[in-house]
Amino acid sequence: MTKDAIRQAIVDIIQEILPDEDMGGIELDKPLRDQLELDSMDFLDIVMELRKRYHIEVPEKDYMELNTLGSTIAYLEPKMANL
Amino acid sequence: MKYDTVIIGAGLSGLAAAIRLAHFGGKVAVLERHYRVGGLNSFYRKDRRDFDVGLHAMTNYAPHGPKSAPFQKLLRQLRLREEEFSLVPQTQSRIVFPGVTLPFGNGIESLTASVADRFPSQADNFRRLVEEVLAHDELNLANRWSSARQRVAATLTDPLLVDMLFLPLMYYGSADEEDMDFTQFVVMMKAVFCEGFCRPAGGMRPVLDRLLARCEEAGVEIHLRTGVASVEVADGKVTGVVTDAGDRIGCDAVLSSAGNVETARFCPASVADGEASPRAGRMSFMESIHVMKAPVADEATIVFFNRTDRLRYRKPDALIDLDSGVVCMPGNFAYTADRPAPAEADRTVRITSIADPDRWRTLEGDAYADAKERMGIEQRTAASFAVPAVGGDVVYHDIFTPRTVERFTGHVNGAVYGSPDKRRDGKTGVRGLSLIGTDQGFLGIVGSMLSGISIANQLMTERK
Ligand SMILES: Cc1cc2nc3c(=O)[nH]c(=O)nc-3n(C[C@H](O)[C@H](O)[C@H](O)COP(=O)(O)OP(=O)(O)OC[C@H]3O[C@@H](n4cnc5c(N)ncnc54)[C@H](O)[C@@H]3O)c2cc1C
Repeated sequence: MTKDAIRQAIVDIIQEILPDEDMGGIELDKPLRDQLELDSMDFLDIVMELRKRYHIEVPEKDYMELNTLGSTIAYLEPKMANL
Repeated sequence: MKYDTVIIGAGLSGLAAAIRLAHFGGKVAVLERHYRVGGLNSFYRKDRRDFDVGLHAMTNYAPHGPKSAPFQKLLRQLRLREEEFSLVPQTQSRIVFPGVTLPFGNGIESLTASVADRFPSQADNFRRLVEEVLAHDELNLANRWSSARQRVAATLTDPLLVDMLFLPLMYYGSADEEDMDFTQFVVMMKAVFCEGFCRPAGGMRPVLDRLLARCEEAGVEIHLRTGVASVEVADGKVTGVVTDAGDRIGCDAVLSSAGNVETARFCPASVADGEASPRAGRMSFMESIHVMKAPVADEATIVFFNRTDRLRYRKPDALIDLDSGVVCMPGNFAYTADRPAPAEADRTVRITSIADPDRWRTLEGDAYADAKERMGIEQRTAASFAVPAVGGDVVYHDIFTPRTVERFTGHVNGAVYGSPDKRRDGKTGVRGLSLIGTDQGFLGIVGSMLSGISIANQLMTERK
């Protein structure tokens, strides 16, 4: 997957969790938690959707890598490169 | 046949947990002893009329509310949309004690204004209490029991006001007699006063239908008329369950919404070695539904009344306690053209009284039926203290008692709020067996669904 495709994959997941949210305005380097008011249940959903859709495991110790959209893409790039 | 998770009970907690686990690929079976889903908050049809079993109001009304609101969390977690619930808010409710009435609507400002008006000397104290409540993290599964009475009395110095606040919160969510766990008090303050009451316009049936549709999409199997007789354990870990019919179903995890005392009966190992057995709940209720001849002449949605100066919330020394109660008038929600009231809603009243399960249990046959009729009348007379309109002519009524609740949901003593011993983290003495719903501790319609979700999430996190 390209960087853009990974970005789209993440945005799609967040859009499923927050169907009413406008995804256009997400900034790459601001914490998702603050921009979208996500809580820990929502982060669990992102992790679980990644596993369901792409069979990617995100261990709990890596959850902080999902802090911003940018850091999430960077973290997932090596894991999703060959998809 | 082997499942990742078997869920005992197709009440709201069981259905919510099932949706979560199956959505993420788990193989899930829900086993329900009754022939219908919904548990304590189901629906039924009798003499060509449709009734809800337990619906007065849904708490936690937060329309398009902040994402942190429990109801919004629940929608996101189950991938449901608010519109699908067709909610209509309450109009106004009130708490009535002799000589004092506290009206309140949705949103804490409304009660704050009533308190300032009726208890001017407590206005600042009340604001401080609200701040304390808002600052408390009630969803933390590590919270331990602490006395709400003590905490609240340290802030509010007028015992009458304290009792007036506890009345609705206890009736709508306390398994404890006379006191509440402070966390549970916070849950209920937020649910009832800070957020407030609403109702799925069409009652519980459309809500349950929607949950069932989500179960189906996610691939959950639901087996009705399938009671669990025992849970199988090997080396301290769950291996499966055995149904009433004797079938063995293998699984890696079991979530039980039956209650902790009830679960201990069919799985003694769930009480860990050296741990005290959980106490059976003692708080149960008689609930009557009356269809009046004329529309109910009262504008309130829910009226909580107490006819004496001090509140008593404990198992009574009588079939029912006539000194306090709750009157719900389902016609008094803000229905709209596309969210219309059900038939006869404007003529319906529901009345709840605290009841003694032991006294109801000893009555047989005609004596039981007679007692129901008698108590139905006495209950209406008592309630007319706060809602005179309930004294009018009745064309149809149906009454259920602690016995009814026990028969249809298996909760010992018909204890609607379960045991006073909650297990916030759901854990039991058996690995792979967790409690959800009533005895995990999040109560009510919204609470029990969040309970199922929280414990399902915990299970998914641990599995990874
Ligand atoms: C009269 C009344 C009025 C209420 N009013 C309101 C209200 O207005 N607002 C509100 O929010 N809440 C209300 N409640 C409370 C609310 O209904 C409950 O808190 C909630 O429904 C509990 O859901 P649960 O899933 O935890 O448990 P339950 O609904 O009890 O579900 C447990 C299920 O497990 C099944 N079961 C038990 N043992 C077994 C077994 N061994 N094998 C298979 N199945 C088993 C039972 O049949 C049941 O279906 C009311 C309750 C009552 C009774």
